[in-house]
Amino acid sequence: MIPELGHFALILALCICLVQGALPIFGAHYGRREWTALARPAAQASFLMLAASFVSLAWSFYVNDFSVQYVAAHSNSQLPTLYRFGAVWGGHEGSLLLWVFLLSGWTVAVAQFSRTLDDTMVARVIGVLGLVTSGLLLFILFTSNPFDRLLPAAENGRDLNPLLQDPGLVFHPPMLYMGYVGFAVAFSFAIAALLSGRLDAAWARWSRPWTTAAWVFLTLGIALGSWWAYYELGWGGWWFWDPVENASFMPWLIGTALIHSLAVTEKRGTFKSWTVLLAIGAFSLSLLGTFLVRSGVLTSVHAFATDPRRGIFILVLLFLVVGSSLVLFAWRAPKVALGGSFALMSRESLLLTGNVLLVVACASVLLGTLYPLFIDALKLGKISVGAPYFNAVFVPLMAPVMFLLAAVPLARWKNTDVKEIAMRMWIPGVLALVAGALVPHLMGGWTVMTGLGVALSVWIASSGVIQVARRLKSSIPPASYWGMHLGHFGIAVFAFGVTMVGGFQEEQDVRMEPGDTVLVGGYQFKMIGVKDVPGPNYSAARGEFEVTRNGGAPTMLQPEKRNYFSSTMPMTEAAIDAGFTRDVYVSLGEPLEGKAWAVRVYFKPFVDWIWGGCLLMALGGLFAMSDRRYRLRVKEAAVEAQAMPVAGKLKGATS
Amino acid sequence: MKAKFLIPLALFGVLVVFLAAGLRLDPHEVPSPLVNKPAPAFKVPQLEQPGLQFAAEDLKGKVWLFNVWASWCVACRQEHPVLMQFARQQMIPIIGLDYKDQRKDAMGVLQRSGNPYDVIAFDGDGRVGIDYGVYGVPESYLIDKAGVIRYKHIGPITTEALEKTIIPLINELKKS
Repeated sequence: MIPELGHFALILALCICLVQGALPIFGAHYGRREWTALARPAAQASFLMLAASFVSLAWSFYVNDFSVQYVAAHSNSQLPTLYRFGAVWGGHEGSLLLWVFLLSGWTVAVAQFSRTLDDTMVARVIGVLGLVTSGLLLFILFTSNPFDRLLPAAENGRDLNPLLQDPGLVFHPPMLYMGYVGFAVAFSFAIAALLSGRLDAAWARWSRPWTTAAWVFLTLGIALGSWWAYYELGWGGWWFWDPVENASFMPWLIGTALIHSLAVTEKRGTFKSWTVLLAIGAFSLSLLGTFLVRSGVLTSVHAFATDPRRGIFILVLLFLVVGSSLVLFAWRAPKVALGGSFALMSRESLLLTGNVLLVVACASVLLGTLYPLFIDALKLGKISVGAPYFNAVFVPLMAPVMFLLAAVPLARWKNTDVKEIAMRMWIPGVLALVAGALVPHLMGGWTVMTGLGVALSVWIASSGVIQVARRLKSSIPPASYWGMHLGHFGIAVFAFGVTMVGGFQEEQDVRMEPGDTVLVGGYQFKMIGVKDVPGPNYSAARGEFEVTRNGGAPTMLQPEKRNYFSSTMPMTEAAIDAGFTRDVYVSLGEPLEGKAWAVRVYFKPFVDWIWGGCLLMALGGLFAMSDRRYRLRVKEAAVEAQAMPVAGKLKGATS
Repeated sequence: MKAKFLIPLALFGVLVVFLAAGLRLDPHEVPSPLVNKPAPAFKVPQLEQPGLQFAAEDLKGKVWLFNVWASWCVACRQEHPVLMQFARQQMIPIIGLDYKDQRKDAMGVLQRSGNPYDVIAFDGDGRVGIDYGVYGVPESYLIDKAGVIRYKHIGPITTEALEKTIIPLINELKKS
């Protein structure tokens, strides 16, 4: 009964969303208040319905209702409760339900926190969000219903994919989807602005905190996914340029460009059509990512069972959403007035350069991701594009971005003096050169890449510190200032981690028997033995390793090889001793003859800085969002809005 | 409407065309480099009579179907009735390669559901499979009179594939 209620709530949600997507938009166009007034209640009602639907599915998992096909396919009575909850989005149908549920959550948040915005604008934004939600709900109801029954019910479930039975993976999809879906808000603001023809600073200011919020979630989601891949896949890598990873990275790149472009639009009123295009782009890429992951047109380690009908449906959805918004863009954007002018060297021009580089980087990732598909479609053969391409293209594009990033906060709007910036950047410049020359040398060998990586990190970090220190002398800067510098500092930390791991990690694949030792990165790994241990829904071989350095106190590491009862593929649980400056990492490979095992041992210097950097970036985003001026302006806007009807009446009376 | 504002739309249009084309393609289908190359030679014990050997050369001068299967392979069960039906037509010899399997399990499957094969080569450690570039079971190879691989089928053979591709190709190869 509960699943049927969930299904019914889903259908009701669709009906409400269709109303939400139609009437407020028409109402805004024809100036009919009774229609635009529907926007907020409709958003709340559809959110309630989707929440009910989501809870029904979660309940079916909680009580092990194996008469629901989706539950039977993704859960098992022996599955621990936490993972049973995570299994709700462990498959295609449930993750789409999570997608729309979160989307309607964002919609309600917009409805709630936009009390002071212009009513017609809010009606348009909520309307566009309603249309997007309707599209996805149609997709779910017609091709991917999670509430389909399985009769007679299965005795037991097939169990959740063991790769996903991990705390990291319980939180990774919701975070990532919050980011993807959050860009729908920026997108809706952009479309609403295009519809109204009011692309102004106010529009940019409204959508800025929302865009930053989405970006924060996406940053955390990607970082969590990368961290998961690092310790769960047992390959020791943190990024594989896999199509699914790229699908999440492309919206991030465009989102990063968008945040900066919005800043220019808000402050200077320029770049308007560019900003709108980026807002459309960020969400389009989120949808494209969904298409790539869900349609099976590309091979990936995240291989999902695919159904051609789903691919076609979501392609049509992509076509309608992106196609119509680009038509709207082509129609309305030329009419947008140009903003203030700026000189060849100015904060605007530097931000634009960075922006273009980010977009080109995104385009090159898109090209690399889809290249196998293009070649195949043109009947030129089958190829795969991997890390060598991406690294070769990406580093040269990102290095200038990082170079500029340190100096942009010093540049003035409209026109800036290069000499003045140079005067204030010489200390970071010297520090960067010295560190770039020395640090890799001390770590074990200088190469162009490690030198460049260290120099750029130090360049960004030191210039940030100097700028903040100088600023503090005159006044306490606002939260957004801290946010900017924290975010940039995060980039420096991230880049330092990437450089160190890339340049100085050590790894060994060895055959080990109990008592054997191996020396990696100055650490001595001694294998004590491997024993069998039972788990709740698996049995595991647990290795025991003693790690010592220079005869110091030993650390015990216990990597596991798990055989889940539901799966034929054994799972690797790496054991990691994490530290501030290095991780040591042991994972069990295959059992060999006798008591011997193939063992993989890594020494990873500064690897945790990669995720630490991402956390700092996200924290920077949080600071930027919380800036007082967004709240202040909203209050001012409220005063204006109250004053407006009076002015309107006066106007009406005099004309 | 200025032309430059249409550029994003045009690019997106091209992308959609490719994505639509991509939906019709299977990225898992990798063309075998072995097609039109001589079939790798091998000599391994037979499944049912371990004392007897089977060698690829034994069938020189005949067109034959080489089908890689295993008792643990679920898709092979789906393929099995199609092979049984094809075997009844006695068109060409069907040789099985029991890939990475246990003799007992494989024999059990054949006893329960019937044996479409003329001879089954036993490849317990998967060495022959490596030579043939097998990476998923089932896979089938059509080999001509000169011992050259003419066609590789990935995944279970369907009635449709049999009638539309494999049988016409056999007729052609038999003539030559």
